[in-house]
Amino acid sequence: MSALLEIKSLSKAYPGVQANDSVSFEIQPGEIHALLGENGAGKSTLVKMIYGLVRPDSGEMLLHGQHFAPSKPGEARAAGVAMVFQHFSLFEAMSVAENITLGMEDAPARTELSAQIRKVSAEYGLPLDPDRLIGDLSVGERQRVEIVRCLLQNPKLLIMDEPTSVLTPQEVNTLFTTLRKLSTEGVAILYISHKLDEIKALCNSATILRGGKVVGTCVPENETARSMAEMMIGGELAMPAARDFQPGETLLELSGLSLPSLDPFGTSLKDITVTLRAGEILGVGGVAGNGQDELLLTLSGEIPVAPDMVRLKGEAIGNLGPVARRKRGLLAAPEERLGHAAVPEMSLTENAFLSGRVRNGLANRGFIQAKKRDAFADDIVKQFDVRTPSISNQAKSLSGGNLQKFVIGREVLQNPSVLVVNQPTWGVDAAAAAAIRQALRDMAEAGAAVMVISQDLDELMEMSDTFSVLAEGHLSAPQPAAGLSVEEIGLMMGATHKEAENA
Amino acid sequence: MFGDLSLVSLIVSLMIASTPILFAATGELVVEKAGVLNLGVEGMMLIGAISGFAVAVSTGNPIVGFLGAAAGGAIAALIFGVLTQYLLSNQVATGLALTLFGTGVSALMGQPYNGLKPPPSPRLDIPVLSDLPVVGPILFSHDIMLYVSLLLVAAVWYFLYRTRGGLILRAVGEDHNAAHSLGYNVILIRLGAIAFGGACAGVGGAYLSLIRVPQWTQDMTAGVGWIALAIVVFASWKPYRVILGAYLFGGVTVLQLNLQALGVNISAAYLSMTPFIVTIVVLVIMSANRRKTSLNAPAMLGRIFHASH
Repeated sequence: MSALLEIKSLSKAYPGVQANDSVSFEIQPGEIHALLGENGAGKSTLVKMIYGLVRPDSGEMLLHGQHFAPSKPGEARAAGVAMVFQHFSLFEAMSVAENITLGMEDAPARTELSAQIRKVSAEYGLPLDPDRLIGDLSVGERQRVEIVRCLLQNPKLLIMDEPTSVLTPQEVNTLFTTLRKLSTEGVAILYISHKLDEIKALCNSATILRGGKVVGTCVPENETARSMAEMMIGGELAMPAARDFQPGETLLELSGLSLPSLDPFGTSLKDITVTLRAGEILGVGGVAGNGQDELLLTLSGEIPVAPDMVRLKGEAIGNLGPVARRKRGLLAAPEERLGHAAVPEMSLTENAFLSGRVRNGLANRGFIQAKKRDAFADDIVKQFDVRTPSISNQAKSLSGGNLQKFVIGREVLQNPSVLVVNQPTWGVDAAAAAAIRQALRDMAEAGAAVMVISQDLDELMEMSDTFSVLAEGHLSAPQPAAGLSVEEIGLMMGATHKEAENA
Repeated sequence: MFGDLSLVSLIVSLMIASTPILFAATGELVVEKAGVLNLGVEGMMLIGAISGFAVAVSTGNPIVGFLGAAAGGAIAALIFGVLTQYLLSNQVATGLALTLFGTGVSALMGQPYNGLKPPPSPRLDIPVLSDLPVVGPILFSHDIMLYVSLLLVAAVWYFLYRTRGGLILRAVGEDHNAAHSLGYNVILIRLGAIAFGGACAGVGGAYLSLIRVPQWTQDMTAGVGWIALAIVVFASWKPYRVILGAYLFGGVTVLQLNLQALGVNISAAYLSMTPFIVTIVVLVIMSANRRKTSLNAPAMLGRIFHASH
């Protein structure tokens, strides 16, 4: 059998970084091939070259034995290469059908397209209504739109970048069924994920990248998640130790917290009541778009609510803004790294100052204490292993995982009483994720309370003491995390979602 | 108090007063749908007003004049386009600068044309229909450009919501990163929209200098460009509502002019203010419901697109 796609010593350099260094591998028709590597290992650059978004500096690609060098995504699509992005390329205010049209080269007329969408989506077990607005769909449904858009063009190679990071366990199963069906039909799949258990379950072969080079290949079935992770980082993986949970005094109390959503596609918070005690890590699970962003905003103080709804150590602070809350010890690290947690165009030192000014005394009567500020930024970079040429680099120049370590480290080093984090390890590789989780655990160990909002159930199960689910703006009563199975939680999360589908 | 006002002539002058706003607002709507905020409408209208006037006077043909106005407006808009799309300058500041630039340049260009009369524009004249009482003057005997403005709105609606080109343009305004990753050329599409917006603003300006007034005077737009910007928001980015908005504000303008002429016992200063006050009040009411407004607003409005790969 001849290879579908052959990649021959492909290289690409960006200023200061060799993103890909003479990468070679092959994909056979019908093969599900995993691409493994830490953040910044060069996976994204590689798939962007295959999809025509980035041009290689040197090297060659062969598709069906023919020279293949797409100069734009349209050419790649015409040649049978389709891609599902990690950050969906969907337009919220447009309908499913319109979104699909935009991703096709020669889309058929409206009614015919709608019929095709219904047919293909039913065939692969991904039901979709072509007339609904993307903004009204759940994340899982949005991914279906991306996949159906690819399938309508009869791809020979489907590239999937981190497809399961935001799905419920049940949705992941559905996705895998679809992918296996495609594979039996001869479609090759290039699969990028940090979830090594999934790769073990799904993929036939794997290529491992480190520092832009291929450092190994393996058959995932014959490996363990741990052995693959160690191949990726080229060393031993530190696993967090189990810890005893001894709840202390109550630090944060939410009572009847409600917030009507301002965003037309947002979710209103409904009567959220929960307490966080010293030493406790509360995991908040749930599918994205069920009020996670709104919850974080009301806790950070960006959206003020009635004073009594949020109490910190007994004091009513619901109406206070972020600075006043920081002063009192309630800190938050939002999900969106660029533009929310950090100012992209500002340096790391400046970003450190913006958050740490009050608690770490980085300003004196309105003047910046430059030495203290730089020392603070240095501390974050050193203690959290943020890989950056210098602390004066712009925040946006860091890779996602490195910036995430910086953002979390910045809050942790301010010794908060209560820290709220949303998606702390989103798009972060295994080693960095383990380091972030360990830092949060250490904080709780030292007597702080931590609320972790995440869609990664494995992560929540690994680090939470108590667990609850945010669904349609309601927060379920926290339960001890120890006794719960992933299946039970998946059902809790999907409950409201399923109802909406059947309606 | 309105006894001396003829309703028919009021409606006729209302339509004429509204047309410059309608042209400019329709153009700006397309620009904003592509995710670009060009605050230079006033400047582009002035440049259009004088280029149209100059071309019409020198050729003796008002239609060629309007083409010249469109070209003038588009060139002015493309200065803004190059600055904001290629050099990534701030859209708000650049738009304001364009207005200041347009005011100055048009005054300079207009020096030789003060006091001249433009050639008359062709009017619709259909036997029988145009002579009908009431209906005739309101529907069938305007200048051609007034009908063009209404056709333009229909054409823009059709383009935006019924063609693939319009879908792509809206997609660029909705999420430029997603559009880019699907392989669309965000910058070129936006430049096209910006040039179209400038051409429409130019034609709107020339409608003032060639038909409504008709002569060239410095700063003759007198705020119409700003009203056009407000109307795009008022219309919540929907083409048909732009007609409604433009005619509403045109109506208020005409009404206050007529009241002034009738010598109503309100200071002329207050009456002249009314269109602007009404604009502000309506915008406040519209914006009060943020949820509803943001549903229609292009999500990338005014945001700089920087291709990251």
